[in-house]
Amino acid sequence: MLVLCTLPPNPLYLLLPEPLTLMPPASPSPAKIPVTVLTGYLGAGKTTLLNRILSEPHGKKYAVIVNEFGEIGIDNELVVNADEEVFEMNNGCICCTVRGDLVRIIDGLMRRKGKFDAIIVETTGLADPAPVAQTFFMDEAVGAKTKLDAVITVADARWLKDRLKDAPEAKNQIAFADVILLNKTDLVSEAELAEIEARIRGINPYARLHRTQRANIALDEVLGRNAFDLDRILDIEPAFLEVDGHDHDHHHDHGHDHHHHHGGLKHYHDEDMQSISIKTDKPLNPDKFFPWVQDLVATEGKGILRCKGILSFKDDPERFVFQGVHMILDGDHQRAWKADEKRDSRLVFIGRKLPEDKIRKGFESCIA
Amino acid sequence: MSDTPIPSLANRVRHIEAGAPVVGVHFLRNTPVFVLGEEHLLLQRQDEVQRVKVHGGAILASTSDGVRIVTGGDDGKLVATNADGNHEVIATDSKKRWIDQVALGPDGTIAWSAGKTAQVLTIKGELRSFEAPSTVAGLCFAPKGLRLAIAHYNGAMLWFPNAAGATPQKFEWKGSHLGVSVSPDGKYLITTMQESTLHGWRITDAKNMRMSGYSARVRSLGWTADGNFLATSGSEQLILWPFDGKDGPMGKQPKMLAPSQARVAVVASHPKQPVVAAGYSDGSVVLVRLDDGALVRARDADGQPVTALGWNATGQILAYGAESGDAGVLVL
Repeated sequence: MLVLCTLPPNPLYLLLPEPLTLMPPASPSPAKIPVTVLTGYLGAGKTTLLNRILSEPHGKKYAVIVNEFGEIGIDNELVVNADEEVFEMNNGCICCTVRGDLVRIIDGLMRRKGKFDAIIVETTGLADPAPVAQTFFMDEAVGAKTKLDAVITVADARWLKDRLKDAPEAKNQIAFADVILLNKTDLVSEAELAEIEARIRGINPYARLHRTQRANIALDEVLGRNAFDLDRILDIEPAFLEVDGHDHDHHHDHGHDHHHHHGGLKHYHDEDMQSISIKTDKPLNPDKFFPWVQDLVATEGKGILRCKGILSFKDDPERFVFQGVHMILDGDHQRAWKADEKRDSRLVFIGRKLPEDKIRKGFESCIA
Repeated sequence: MSDTPIPSLANRVRHIEAGAPVVGVHFLRNTPVFVLGEEHLLLQRQDEVQRVKVHGGAILASTSDGVRIVTGGDDGKLVATNADGNHEVIATDSKKRWIDQVALGPDGTIAWSAGKTAQVLTIKGELRSFEAPSTVAGLCFAPKGLRLAIAHYNGAMLWFPNAAGATPQKFEWKGSHLGVSVSPDGKYLITTMQESTLHGWRITDAKNMRMSGYSARVRSLGWTADGNFLATSGSEQLILWPFDGKDGPMGKQPKMLAPSQARVAVVASHPKQPVVAAGYSDGSVVLVRLDDGALVRARDADGQPVTALGWNATGQILAYGAESGDAGVLVL
């Protein structure tokens, strides 16, 4: 083994030293091409959504990356077939998986810069969204030219409940999503819809949830979301009560089994995939917090699908925001706390079999 | 670059407005040819620029032996262009897949790949095909042209296209291998990886070498004329791994020259002298003399990454291209 040289770390690396893998600091480059990732289990309506996006009179051009097994025609000039080759990075981080085909395809597409305004990646129904997302943070060339906009998951209102039981991929896609389209709502009753929404919220209370039929959705609800943009981490309150695209006059079937009720909505606890929300009004000690969160994602990152946080550090006039995917963390000072703003620190984790007590106790030890 | 002024030849550069990002530079005899990101080649003649449309989309890969330029495109076509600007389609992928790797052998044999399929067209017109275990990410001929090196996930292979049924020699190392090169003496197989490292094997015994410490993925490399050094991009200095000893760079430190605030983006070794041209991500181009590290500037920094560099066969003309579409020719 030969070691060539070690470069002086940048300020963010000083904050969160090795072995944590960090996303490169976001540069204020407005020219980055936004990339939207469409996921969803087989038959949920991904291609319907994709064709709807492409056919709307938006005047924009999209480069579309589809999986090679896609059978339905896509009416677009720039369509690239991807082979979904996922591999592990050789950095000792077992869940730092990257889509090698995306690295190549985006490199090739960028030679046609100016011919399209945005990129849409449609994954197969069995795909894990994490390697797609991680590609944008692990590959410097991809990250320099493009930025991940959001992960959109299309779910079949009729079958999602079954898939959550038998298909870990479907659960991953719900847990990972920034926006969820609960599609084919015309095929189920209102009671069933409320039930499936509660199941979704039991896994991911933070995504925007829309009810759709034939993937009918306003484009600005799925494109231009900036869900991975640190500057847009403003509100990470769970959205138990917020369901868009329909009136809130739910008809609940009361008086049965073990569900909790929050404001009239059923609340499910998923045995396998959970979200943990932590909040404190006490300032944090950055010298304790950073080593803690670094160690947490290093040891539990495999189970942590997404995390986000807004942090108030002692004697720090600025709020610090961070987000992460598995073991990758991205963080920076966002802006000064406003005079009338409550200096709370809030963190959310979405993941599989999360050690909640360990996370909560660890976080409490970071209070200054 | 350092604060001390270095001699500059930048004012002697003849500029060409390419009008699009330049992704490759080759010479057809002494005619500099700029490969653009989309569709066109620009042939820079004495008093005119000839613009030749060779593809119906992005040009993904290019190589040249000084007689022809072979390009692969996202139109699924493999095209050969000669010094007159005449071009012909050599092959079309049956599924219109991207042809994103091309290589030329010393006898004019052409190799290319689309997805997992690598193909070779011999000068006799025989077509050979090989299915790699995963997508072909790098192709090059070994110096004698008998073997084709193929980089893929978890390793690389040496394939004998003309030995029917021969098992390819396999070189394994976990990870994604993207580019590939064989040392001029035929002793070492080197790959660039998705991680910011190079990997290498001694071909005789498949002994592994790992060359790391880069700040970015290595996207450009080239052997010096004497074969003593492998020049690489990917760091804030020109990195040269020594291959003159019995064990190559094993256990040795690389030579590090021409330090800068900006990262080396592309390198081109002089075809005769121990000199390497280095293009940086800030737009500067310098000639680096390996013996003493002496520098001569060939292009001033302008913030636009240098994307292509090349020498003519005698080493008297250097041509470069930048992402901004600025192309330049410097006659030494």
